[in-house]
Amino acid sequence: MKIGVLRFPGSNCDDDAMHAVTRVLREEAFFVWHKEARLPPCDAVIVPGGFSYGDYLRSGAIAAHSPVMDAVRTYASAGGPVLGICNGFQILCEAGLLPGALVRNASLRFECRDVFVRVEGKPTPFTSAIPAGRVLRIPIAHADGRFVCDDAPALGASGQIVFRYCDAAGGVVDGANPNGSQLGIAGVCNAAGNVVALMPHPERACEPALGGEDGRQLFESLRLSLGTVAAVPASPSTTSPSTSRRQPGNRS
Amino acid sequence: MTAPEPEVTAAVARAHGLTDDEHARMLSILGRAPTITELGLFMSMWSEHCSYKSSRVFLKDLPTSGPFVIQGPGENAGVVDIGDGQAAVFKMESHNHPSFVEPYQGAATGVGGILRDVFTMGARPVASLNALRFGPPSHPRTSYLVTGVVAGIGGYGNSIGVPTVGGDVAFDECYGGNILVNAFALGIAETKRIFYGKAAGVGNPLLYFGSKTGRDGIHGASLLASAQFDSADGASDEKRPTVQVGDPFTEKLLLEACLELMAIPGLLVGIQDMGAAGLTSSSVEMAARAGNGVDIDLDAVPRREPGMTSYEVMLSESQERMLAVVAAGREAEALAIFDKWDLDAAFIGKVTATGRVVLRSAGRVVADVPAAPLAEGLKYDRPRARPEYLDQVNGVDPLGLPAPAGAKLGATLLAVLGSPNVASKEWVYRQYDHTVRTGTVLRPGSDAAVIRVLRPDGSSKGIGLVVDCNARFCFLDPYEGARHAVAECARNLACAGARPLAVTDCLNFGNPERPEIMWQFAEAVRGIADACRALGTPVVSGNVSFYNETDGRGIYPTPMIAMIGLIADPGRAVTQWWKGEGDVVALLGASTGDDLGGSEYLKVVHGQVAGRTPRLDIEREKRVQAACLAMVEAMILRSAHDLSEGGLAVAAAECAISGPRNVGAVLSLPPSSVPIPPAAALFGETPSRILVSFAPTNRVAAEAAAKAAGAEFVVLGTTGGRRLALGPDVDLSLEELSKAWRAGFQRVVA
Repeated sequence: MKIGVLRFPGSNCDDDAMHAVTRVLREEAFFVWHKEARLPPCDAVIVPGGFSYGDYLRSGAIAAHSPVMDAVRTYASAGGPVLGICNGFQILCEAGLLPGALVRNASLRFECRDVFVRVEGKPTPFTSAIPAGRVLRIPIAHADGRFVCDDAPALGASGQIVFRYCDAAGGVVDGANPNGSQLGIAGVCNAAGNVVALMPHPERACEPALGGEDGRQLFESLRLSLGTVAAVPASPSTTSPSTSRRQPGNRS
Repeated sequence: MTAPEPEVTAAVARAHGLTDDEHARMLSILGRAPTITELGLFMSMWSEHCSYKSSRVFLKDLPTSGPFVIQGPGENAGVVDIGDGQAAVFKMESHNHPSFVEPYQGAATGVGGILRDVFTMGARPVASLNALRFGPPSHPRTSYLVTGVVAGIGGYGNSIGVPTVGGDVAFDECYGGNILVNAFALGIAETKRIFYGKAAGVGNPLLYFGSKTGRDGIHGASLLASAQFDSADGASDEKRPTVQVGDPFTEKLLLEACLELMAIPGLLVGIQDMGAAGLTSSSVEMAARAGNGVDIDLDAVPRREPGMTSYEVMLSESQERMLAVVAAGREAEALAIFDKWDLDAAFIGKVTATGRVVLRSAGRVVADVPAAPLAEGLKYDRPRARPEYLDQVNGVDPLGLPAPAGAKLGATLLAVLGSPNVASKEWVYRQYDHTVRTGTVLRPGSDAAVIRVLRPDGSSKGIGLVVDCNARFCFLDPYEGARHAVAECARNLACAGARPLAVTDCLNFGNPERPEIMWQFAEAVRGIADACRALGTPVVSGNVSFYNETDGRGIYPTPMIAMIGLIADPGRAVTQWWKGEGDVVALLGASTGDDLGGSEYLKVVHGQVAGRTPRLDIEREKRVQAACLAMVEAMILRSAHDLSEGGLAVAAAECAISGPRNVGAVLSLPPSSVPIPPAAALFGETPSRILVSFAPTNRVAAEAAAKAAGAEFVVLGTTGGRRLALGPDVDLSLEELSKAWRAGFQRVVA
């Protein structure tokens, strides 16, 4: 597979996403500069973490208006898989591609540590290989990670809550919620399920040497849902991989 | 247009911090009275902060060379060869006074400054550390300062995306009026592509890039960093405007633009960041290092506000600015990179053969001074005298004080564990992104951090990093205390499995014009030199911070040491905590002496910093470290933890409760070299000791490894259960230990 990793001024997990895709998964990836109005052909887009434009306004607010995000909107509306991580989540919310918003942590402090998240909701290209209810251990590192939206329960009803903070046993309890997110929401998807984002950093949890490889399951899921490897998915995948290759931004 | 410049008299020079001798020397160099701008150049370059005028006579005794040293002190940062065509570039620097005046921005710009020092040499920053010292929790400003400093370090480092992987935080009354904020950064470069601060190549253009120049930070180096605080001057509030404001976003752009610029062969000739004394130090030092001059048109310098004088432009310490020399004829290539990153850039002058720094504004020459004597600075051999307090504090015999015994020893352990010096620093390091850059193998919370470095072929090696200084030991004996700081850093690295390689230091002291302070300084430098020589770890960069005083009361001598080490296979790195039940626990190293002098126990129980600093036998230290490293490399160990503040009792408790899950143990006390009371056995701080654990099947191998290295080795017991039993008197549940240790820091920031 071939992944486009967006690069905004102030992105700082762009190299990490690239590392996870190319060095760990041994797949192809390239950077897409924020001033680009078109996306080169790719099987998925990663909107990486960092502090785009310094995040001196609301986190992600300026990046949401950069030229490349118009291309991402087009790509997503054609069904292309998009994964937002941390600042990427904030950007996708600000861009209107995902519901809700991410505000200052309840602690009012930056929080960096491993958390547990439970995978649930509708199948997405990034969770299709992960059985519902599985608990993943993945690091967080954010100050603005408290997810809020007008009707969080409705998101749950429509299967758009994809990750929730939980304890090691999978219990969604207040003590396991690192930032005060509504319903312990750590990640959501759009109604179609092809745009997914989460505050924890799966790209930092792809190798045992760095303390765990639970995050790798998101990328393995993508690989499976794109049909680029022959394997039996652990849970049913409903996302059609072919749609991602037909978005209008393609020049091929 | 600039206003007419005032005449510089001896009185004006004095008001700018020059002594009458220094004024006379300036006149003899110039052969005339200086302009006000020239006075600004002299006062900045000859400040303690920039010139090291009081410390140089001693710093020359530090070991700075070795077969792997590519660049020692004198450049933006030190550079050592780490094999595979790769170099580690690192340095530590203080930002004490700015952080006391304005904690968030002071600490943030400290981080920004040290990162610039590293990437100007061509290295991508990959890890940060910091060492912080504050007044006691009871001090009215401590909570505010801790909160602000930690937020500032995180605010900058997290945004720019360099992981803060470790540090050292401690509290003492002596820092109540003068906190310490020492920031360390490490970068990785290709050995073939290291850049230096040299204005080489006559005719080459001078390129200014980064933020615009404003009025912030003027006099930062001279009046803020090179003078002591006086609470009568409004508790430093009036100095707030001399603190700069950090912009990590701009620095991130600067970092990426610099590395792009450096990747183009032959484009960049030399580069230096505008840190302390801004455009003054960068232009003067770059010219002097190359033996050249520079001719600068100050009107071309991008400015944040109108009406700035030449003096202000030269002394501004606005952050996130760089000065570079670009190969003549290739200006457009450089500008294209800054255009891509939306950074301000301007050509402001050129390299000349005159050896003089010539500054022009509005068609006039506003300064024309020789670069060499400005950069060379001054050198003072100040008077030294052994402080009188030493006899009094060294005369106290800790064993003569009433000591807790029996059942009270358990409560004493809880009290020591809850001391903010010992307690968990999780509150601090959770606010630092320590996992960005997907390279952190050992995170904060163990003896040393380990980061992964990918070799060009994609395989992994590791670098261990640690920063440490027990200032109480230095207060009681600066020579011995400094040796301890070096030895403990190396021991921490050995615990993680990294072979000590090289050192950077940040020497925090009081007013050097006082003979007692100068004596402390000379002794500490002698101690660092001896220990570094013995351990084979050269000092490749560093920083001196004097005038850490308020109202004439100096801090403890605090020669902060940061050390890096190499670990061939980072997968073998070892953490400090016990891993599971049934493992054997052994003490590697010196048998325990009556070493309560300067201990955490003495401070917590008796409120005293007294006695004698424990003696460090450096040869024994080397044997202990060699044994530990051999065991880690042979994959015998499941944990290794250095004994330091709080002695054996605290080390054992931390082994039990600092990991992902708590593990108890039943341990006996090790034999002692002299008859000592239980308090000394539990809390004494005899150096050169490491608590290790291993599977029972490795017992023979562990013992053999210790013997082969010539290190003492004694089995103390076995892990298991929900309690920690230490000798006959201490038996505590893991829950109460954990509660004391985890709550200890909350008192500080409540």
